[in-house]
Amino acid sequence: MNINFTLIAQAIAFAVLIWFTVKFVWPPLLTAIETRQKEIADGLAAASEGRSALEVAAKKSEITLNEAKQKASEIIGQAEKRGSQIVEDAKGAAKAEGERIIAGAKAEIEQEVNRAKEGLRSQVSTLAIAGAEKILRKEINASAHSEMLSKLAAEL
Amino acid sequence: MATEHASSAEHGLTPSSYIEHHLSFNAHPVSEGAGFWTLHVDTFVMSVALGFLVMGLIWLVARKATSGVPSKGQAFVELIFNFVDDQVKNIFHGNRHSFIAPTALTVFLWVFAMNSMDFLPVDWVAGIVSFFGGEHAKWRAVPTSDINTTFALALSVWILMIFFSVKVKGLGGFVHELFCAPFGSKIWVWPANFLFNLIEYVSKPLSHSLRLFGNMYAGEVIFLLLGLWAATGVSGTIFGAILGAGWSIFHILIVALQAFIFMMLTVVYLAMAHESH
Repeated sequence: MNINFTLIAQAIAFAVLIWFTVKFVWPPLLTAIETRQKEIADGLAAASEGRSALEVAAKKSEITLNEAKQKASEIIGQAEKRGSQIVEDAKGAAKAEGERIIAGAKAEIEQEVNRAKEGLRSQVSTLAIAGAEKILRKEINASAHSEMLSKLAAEL
Repeated sequence: MATEHASSAEHGLTPSSYIEHHLSFNAHPVSEGAGFWTLHVDTFVMSVALGFLVMGLIWLVARKATSGVPSKGQAFVELIFNFVDDQVKNIFHGNRHSFIAPTALTVFLWVFAMNSMDFLPVDWVAGIVSFFGGEHAKWRAVPTSDINTTFALALSVWILMIFFSVKVKGLGGFVHELFCAPFGSKIWVWPANFLFNLIEYVSKPLSHSLRLFGNMYAGEVIFLLLGLWAATGVSGTIFGAILGAGWSIFHILIVALQAFIFMMLTVVYLAMAHESH
């Protein structure tokens, strides 16, 4: 039960053990555990970050989708408008063309009529002259009265 | 626990000589005059072997410690590490990783291993030793039931305590605290303060060491007393063995608890040294 040199020997052994633990045992364990804790914390942070990024992306995609839909409907509206305009234009053009054709035809007809009238007139005058000639063969000199006769024909 | 004893009873052993034999140290003088210059070889060899066994095993794991998925061995070591680290964290608020926490780990594991030697059947130890060293060879297997071991630990902690106290507060601060705490700095309470601190500084290592020593020594004595049942015959041997098994199971608690208490007191004393009043 007495205190003796064993005390000193044990104290030295204790000091050596503490030194050993401080130097070789504690640091690698601490490093490993702290590194793992950091990795786990980083992983959790990355996961929550990813979740929020996903939310943002979902919102963004929704907005883009809506924009696209709006644009598409706009384009369709424009196209419809343009289509009807084209139809209108085509109708107008067709109408104008038709009218032009009709006008042309009318003009031609009129011309034809005039020409026929002209022909008839000249023929009538010729006939009149011929009739008059036959009637007046004896008394009228054709050359002396032709001026008066053509004037008459123009009045007809 | 006592089976070997039945045969040795034939040599005319009395209960007191049996107990005395088991409680004697393998003492060797290291210098001319005996007295203080004696070494308990059994205590020293067992404690050093156990210290390097447990810390070496931990070191083998710590050396290959990975921050990835730990092996089962590493998980176990980390369990102990975190247990000690948490205890220290709650008591000491400073850079615990540089000294105090590793010290606490050393104390806990070493004391636990030394206390665990109580589970070795006392007569098996005696039998093995007498087989190699003759009938009168002595061997105490439990280093912590030697007052020298517990006192060495407590004194080392005590010296560390004073070292940290001086280191943190300076020599002036340390002396100031000796005279001015806990009752105040008025000159007429200086003697009371000093007496109070003196008692505290004396009682700390004493209670620290004697608590562990007393528990382990008493545990060993109870094993020896139960071993005495073997002297009464076969039925007594069986009865003693059953009682010994019961005491062993209860002793698991004491072994772990005393190691834990010793570690906690170490941490508390060292943490107190860092606080100024």
